[in-house]
Amino acid sequence: MNPYDEIALSKAIELCEGGKGTVTVLNVGESATEPTIRKALAIGADDAVRINAAPRDAYFTAFQIAEYVKNNDFDMILCGRESIDYNGAQVAAMVGEFLDIPSVSIIKKLDYDGTTATLEREIEGGKEVVSITGKFIASCAEGVAEAKIPNMRGIMSARTKALVAIEPVAIEEVAKVVKFDTPAPRGTVKLVPSEDAKKLIDLLHAEAKVI
Amino acid sequence: MSVLVYIEQVEGKFKKSGFEAVSYAKAIAIAQGTSLTAISIGQVDEQELKELGKYGASKVLNVNTDQLKSFVNQAYASVISEAVNKENADILVLSNSFSGRGLAPRIAVKLQAGLIDGAVDLPQTEGGQFSVKKTAFSGKAFAVTELTSAKKVIALMPNAFGVKEVNEEVTVESFSPEVKATDFSAIVKEIVRATDKVSLPDAEIVVSAGRGLKGPENWGMIEELATLLGAATACSKPVSDADWRPHSEHVGQTGISISPNLYIAVGISGAIQHLAGISSSKVIVVINKDPEAPFFKVADYGIVGDAFEVVPQLIEALKVHKG
Repeated sequence: MNPYDEIALSKAIELCEGGKGTVTVLNVGESATEPTIRKALAIGADDAVRINAAPRDAYFTAFQIAEYVKNNDFDMILCGRESIDYNGAQVAAMVGEFLDIPSVSIIKKLDYDGTTATLEREIEGGKEVVSITGKFIASCAEGVAEAKIPNMRGIMSARTKALVAIEPVAIEEVAKVVKFDTPAPRGTVKLVPSEDAKKLIDLLHAEAKVI
Repeated sequence: MSVLVYIEQVEGKFKKSGFEAVSYAKAIAIAQGTSLTAISIGQVDEQELKELGKYGASKVLNVNTDQLKSFVNQAYASVISEAVNKENADILVLSNSFSGRGLAPRIAVKLQAGLIDGAVDLPQTEGGQFSVKKTAFSGKAFAVTELTSAKKVIALMPNAFGVKEVNEEVTVESFSPEVKATDFSAIVKEIVRATDKVSLPDAEIVVSAGRGLKGPENWGMIEELATLLGAATACSKPVSDADWRPHSEHVGQTGISISPNLYIAVGISGAIQHLAGISSSKVIVVINKDPEAPFFKVADYGIVGDAFEVVPQLIEALKVHKG
């Protein structure tokens, strides 16, 4: 499970603890993702939905999520800030736009009093605090919650919790990864002897031209 | 057809990352044989708006309504999309800043456009394709992504494209689009911004330190070095976890990613999760007493030595260099 999704899931469960609400976990993926979805159920989600399609790009994935949410009522949608392979951080805000609800990307803190959510996101040199009353989607970064681990009872109950697979809705493609490239190697380090450390300043100025 | 670039303002001023986006957008406009229009939202002086001509904009749409004077994600996304349609632009460029990352995907959906989040290079268009390179796998690789939609949105990674002066004649035009009330559902309650220090994501030079410093009380020399260089300070995850330094300084896979011109790492071993946050830095300097520290493998310059002896020497040398 994507570590950011784990954080989002843990926060969702925390917010719904003590009968305050229910958590549905949704995944866009082919049947190979089911063991991971079961893990989410074991951690504490109440039920699960798998949209039976490979998450080919953010636009497609966000569209599927939005289509599902349109037909099922949710107060809040939480997800991880980005996938750990593509690092796009696009899905949450796209879902927000498809549903015409506010989105807050890459949040570090979320508090909820039952009607109003207070979210914190980072900005250059500081932070912004936003308050939302009503439906919204937020993507979570580190700090929103401690990732929960499944306990024995959770693992047992996960087997019988509902996991429904539904078919995706067609939508045209807008972006596709053509290839992956590795970066050019940086070259070997130029070492400066520690007794003559001041030489580094000259090199950074005259040679590297960065100071 | 034209290219549109959105440039953020903070307290009425544009930042270097914004000028980079304008220069990048200008390069695309030239390649496409078309003009560049910029859009600014909020209260910005005419003189500051005209600066954008220096980087290639021939027109600036100035959105200066009371409603929109502060950043509101949903509302700004609507305004920028309206501007794209008004200018009949096919390509929108903006900076992949914190706010840009929340805006670009919403605009992409409004325009049914493919989005490149964090572009590091200009689009390649041979063979009628339109593809752009961005980083992937936490900076360990690049992904070349093709956009197949009619309209395209590109969010440029800060410090990935140089600012270039071209000096275009520029006109400023007022633009006041209607924005629906529901676009203001999220209410900004508070903005906290440290004004005294150089902001880490914007910094061109960063001095960073890790566990090798042994304790928070030893950070004085790091701060002094940073001040002399006009640099921001950063740290590794263990240091931030131990609360030796504020969490906002944590650079790495689960912290922030930066791409300064110069990154100086003092007493940091260079674990792969830390490298993920700084791999796009132009020049990397590593100071560590362990010659086997993995960080030396990605460093451009290095000093194997005790930080407590090396850093004071650097501080002295800088004082001489400046004085």
